[in-house]
Amino acid sequence: MRKIVGLILWLVLVAFLVWGTLQIHPFGDPPSDMDDYIIENAQEETGNNNVVGSVVFDYRGFDTLGEATILFTAVTGVLLLLRTLKRKEEDS
Amino acid sequence: MLSKIVRSVANQLIVFILIFGLYVIAHGHLTPGGGFQGGAVVVSGVVMLMVAFSSKELKKSLRERVLSIMESTGALVFIALAFAGIGTAFFYNLLVGTPIFGHIPPTGSNPGDFWTGGVVPLMNLAVGLKVIAGLSAVVLAMALFSSGEEVDE
Amino acid sequence: MENIPLNFPFLAAALLAAISFYIVIFKRNLIKLIMGIAIMASAVNLFLVALGYRAGGNAPIYTDVPEGSMVLPVPQALTLTSIVINVAVLALMLTMVIQIYRHTGSLDSEKSRKLKG
Repeated sequence: MRKIVGLILWLVLVAFLVWGTLQIHPFGDPPSDMDDYIIENAQEETGNNNVVGSVVFDYRGFDTLGEATILFTAVTGVLLLLRTLKRKEEDS
Repeated sequence: MLSKIVRSVANQLIVFILIFGLYVIAHGHLTPGGGFQGGAVVVSGVVMLMVAFSSKELKKSLRERVLSIMESTGALVFIALAFAGIGTAFFYNLLVGTPIFGHIPPTGSNPGDFWTGGVVPLMNLAVGLKVIAGLSAVVLAMALFSSGEEVDE
Repeated sequence: MENIPLNFPFLAAALLAAISFYIVIFKRNLIKLIMGIAIMASAVNLFLVALGYRAGGNAPIYTDVPEGSMVLPVPQALTLTSIVINVAVLALMLTMVIQIYRHTGSLDSEKSRKLKG
């Protein structure tokens, strides 16, 4: 009984997702005001040939700072969870 | 430990993988690539070494203290470069125009000049170091834990 | 290549997301749930890159680029960040599954539901 209700709700979700993709702009013709400014002026302002690299590190460097923090926290968490508590087993 | 053929082929191939990964990191301001992509290439080379030799052998070469120092150095250099131009704004590109990394390329299509880019090549090196140390520590810890060894020093 | 009917790349990303929703709702094995989350990450990355495509454009890099217009660079920068964050979250999830298997001995998500102690 629960499975049938779940299946019907999943079909409603699929229909909603497919209907949503028909309302976006046609493929190959995006609205681009900010990107036109970045493509024209990235070579004079940053002196970089790679426009994607200058967007990641110069125009949107704050997002890269947050991402470096997430990487650091995840590595700390994994190394913390995988330690064997050897001294506690020797006591008891 | 796998057989002798696999071990000697892995010994020869690790040199080329390391050079290609460092090339992708260092030329991040001229060709597609950068810090994160080059770091992933070098970590896949380390995983190949871990499969050919057992992870117990690799633990003698990559000690935990060295990896921790490398990762912390990468993060601190990145934050120091972000704070260096604090007179105008946070993350200000202050090396454009100075002779260290500050040539300005001609507009339009051109063959690349290596001394361009400002602060961006130095940030690429810092982030690449951080990704290499962090991801190889994670893979080494998972391999050691599931084979029953001690993960500590 | 100029008029692709029905926006096919967006439809493919939406179908991948729908498949991953089915896996997360209806399956009970823990490893299958993690695979479903990885499929959803791939669907979102594909959608982001397909949003910024200009028909007949080149890669947004100025070193020896042929004549013509360029593809938008900002969605590609956001996809880079998204891939790194997905790798970090997936590593933490797999570590937790290792610890759950060590403490309860089974990979069923119905057996580790009640909080004890």
